[in-house]
Amino acid sequence: MFENLAPYFTKEQFYLNFIEDDRFVKYILGGLKTTLLITFLAVILGILLGFIVGVIRASHDKTGKLKILNGICRVYLSVIRGTPVVVQLMIMYYCIFTSPDASKLVTSVLAFGINSGAYVAEIFRSGIMSIDNGQFEAGRSLGFNYTQTVWYIIMPQAVKNVLPALCNEFIALLKETSVATLIAMTDLTYGANVIKSRTYNPYLPLFMVAFVYWLVVTVLTALVGRLEIRMRKNEMR
Amino acid sequence: MSENKNTAYGNANIAMGEKLIEVKNLCKSFGNVSVLKDISTDIKKGEVVFVVGPSGSGKSTFLRCLNLLEVPTGGNILFEGEDITAKKANIDKLRQKMGMVFQQFNLFPHMSILKNMTIAPVKLLGMNEKEACEEAERLLDRVGLLDKRDAYPNQLSGGQKQRIAIVRALMMKPDVMLFDEPTSALDPEMVGEVLGVMRELAREHMTMVVVTHEMNFAKEVADRVMFLDGGDFVEEGSPEEFFTNPKSDRLKLFLSKVL
Repeated sequence: MFENLAPYFTKEQFYLNFIEDDRFVKYILGGLKTTLLITFLAVILGILLGFIVGVIRASHDKTGKLKILNGICRVYLSVIRGTPVVVQLMIMYYCIFTSPDASKLVTSVLAFGINSGAYVAEIFRSGIMSIDNGQFEAGRSLGFNYTQTVWYIIMPQAVKNVLPALCNEFIALLKETSVATLIAMTDLTYGANVIKSRTYNPYLPLFMVAFVYWLVVTVLTALVGRLEIRMRKNEMR
Repeated sequence: MSENKNTAYGNANIAMGEKLIEVKNLCKSFGNVSVLKDISTDIKKGEVVFVVGPSGSGKSTFLRCLNLLEVPTGGNILFEGEDITAKKANIDKLRQKMGMVFQQFNLFPHMSILKNMTIAPVKLLGMNEKEACEEAERLLDRVGLLDKRDAYPNQLSGGQKQRIAIVRALMMKPDVMLFDEPTSALDPEMVGEVLGVMRELAREHMTMVVVTHEMNFAKEVADRVMFLDGGDFVEEGSPEEFFTNPKSDRLKLFLSKVL
């Protein structure tokens, strides 16, 4: 059976799929650029949304206030975490941004950002809740108000605690953005499809794309690992 | 709303020996459990008041009510003549004048010792950074920890942490210091260094309310000792009277166990 595959992995095929017509640069590197751009913008939106939602939820858990806002946040979390990101993206593309002028990039950033915000919110919330209540009381007893206490005392510790979890969430997001291919976003995954349709070779482009994803994820994961080690050292200070 | 604007560093209107805190019919319950039952007392400026009693008697709750870390379910607390339990009271402003020291120290682990001490006066009193650092170093020197100014809390022993916690509270130039079992989490050999700092504060006529199990220390520095049992002040008096001539059976029983 494997003899049948041999013709797909020849030097000529490699040349055809990646070198000719600058296909590697255009579709693989170009796609990677789009993938990273979507991820980066979605991460920013996700952090922003997640921070706000996480703080509201934690404040409600701690003080019992902000009932209405907390209710809205819970609906958001439930809807986003209870439905697949593919469906969210398609609703965003086919039902919300239906105008032909709507940018696919904006559509995907919004879909992935809003999606990731829900997961980030729960990470932030658990980070805030993990800080000992004594820290909170110490801040208040010095005369800081609620917001100042959260900002100066709770948040720096909470963010530090959740930083690795946050980074891992964004690494996962990088892979998830491959779904954007479905709305013809020219991302890394899309690149494989384009090459495949030109060369009739599904193997090389898909394997190459898989390899590029793996490489990026592995490098980022290694960086997070080093970050964790550095943070643990700082704690021993 | 306050009529005294010049009170950022203490209320000049209150003379030594006059009422600083008035507790009137204070009640606190958690759900159905009534922890404090109709407590009334006055704490005078410069007075060192010790609150003792069996565990679960409500000592800590009483102390935490004084700066509203626990919100009373009934009664009033007046601090420098202002009802802090009133809805319009600016509790953050009032807490700046009430230092608190916790059993678990609660230093901020992400800040250096100097930062722990200066953040509140810089952010809240508008003290400039340099001024605050000088003041912090002066206080650190007094408690013998000047060499720890750039250390982080995790590098310190329990006794050192608690001494830092005390001077951190002093940075706000409070009118009263509340101590919630300040030595209960310490190894025995470190209790002395913390009590030493408190003793010195008492000598300088800082108003202090201390919840503790250190009876000998209470005997030595208290102006007044109060016995709290079952959410009630059963008996109070000067330390001599309190420890040598207890009147109620409950206090006699308690003292027989702890002395």
